[in-house]
Amino acid sequence: MRVHMLTAVLLLGVLSGAAYADARADAKAQVEFGISVAQKGLWKEAIYRWERATQIDPNYAAAFNDLAIAYEHEGLLEKAGAAYERALKLEPNNPMVRQNFELFKEIHDRTNQSQTP
Amino acid sequence: MTGRISLKLLSVGLLVGAAGCASFYEIPIETPIAAKLDVSAFQRVFIAGFLSSGTEDVDGNVETVRLLRSQLRMKSNLKVVDADALPLLEVATATSAEGQAAGPGASEARETPKLASLKTEKDLEPFEHIFADADYWKKIGEEYQNPLIVTGTVVFTPHSQSGMVQREQEVIDALGRRRVEPVREYMERKGFILAEKFIFIDGRTGAQISGGETFREERLYNQNDNTPALSSYFELMDEIIPRFLSTLSTQRVRGSRVLIK
Repeated sequence: MRVHMLTAVLLLGVLSGAAYADARADAKAQVEFGISVAQKGLWKEAIYRWERATQIDPNYAAAFNDLAIAYEHEGLLEKAGAAYERALKLEPNNPMVRQNFELFKEIHDRTNQSQTP
Repeated sequence: MTGRISLKLLSVGLLVGAAGCASFYEIPIETPIAAKLDVSAFQRVFIAGFLSSGTEDVDGNVETVRLLRSQLRMKSNLKVVDADALPLLEVATATSAEGQAAGPGASEARETPKLASLKTEKDLEPFEHIFADADYWKKIGEEYQNPLIVTGTVVFTPHSQSGMVQREQEVIDALGRRRVEPVREYMERKGFILAEKFIFIDGRTGAQISGGETFREERLYNQNDNTPALSSYFELMDEIIPRFLSTLSTQRVRGSRVLIK
């Protein structure tokens, strides 16, 4: 009985690991395609791809980072901020995501700046 | 010879390999920043003139009108009305005198104050009623085919400050190597403060569109620099103009980001 239970747990672990790997591979394919179209200036298509990637694998920081950049490029600043925050939550120490977010915040803050004497 | 060629091929191979394995890509982007004000109802903009005070070395009214018009011509879709800047101090003085024409101080009130006597933003407050004079602005609007009217206040004042300042100094160590070190020292500096308030008026009704946008910038120079007031004014306006433009028209900010996979 014990042996059966252990086997079942192990099998479940292996299967969920495989499913996770599949999801990441699918999401990665979407991200890579998104990058190739963004480099050609097709940002709307890139957004579609990166949104798909975040749906397939909601723990994929790179997909959220890239999506945030595309949103920024399209002037969707609220969405961009949310996507950067999600990417940073997933990978708080990723220097590239941090740098992108800092640059985004700089523009965001500067445009909202209206000083009073 | 064969060895050298093999080495070159190997380095090329390594480069190609590295490029193939790249997991990040720098990409240029242009972020559009939507205008703060909806000016879609207007085809024209009239930078009418400003109440100005501060140093006499720069005519804040004329310079600001000229600079904003030239920037709007380049960076906005609105047609810029070309007309003389309105002498708003005189207009405000005249309209306030009309209000008290029967009173005992009427003759003094008709005299336009000299720029030299107006030093601060507070000195301009008695004249700011002109911005709320809808009849006056409506007449101006009719004259220039109902444009968006931009007016406000410009205060450009000299300023000095002394205290500890951190600056970078090049030093050469015992081995003859150059390096830059931060040094803190007491300095007396002088410069200027530019405070501007922009008021947007609907030329069709004479009413103000928004509460106005206020900007304040300060620049200090070493005591020995002798930076002319006009140069400093333009430096400070360089900081203010992008924010002014972002009020009226969509701006694109160029930059680059890193895509990762």
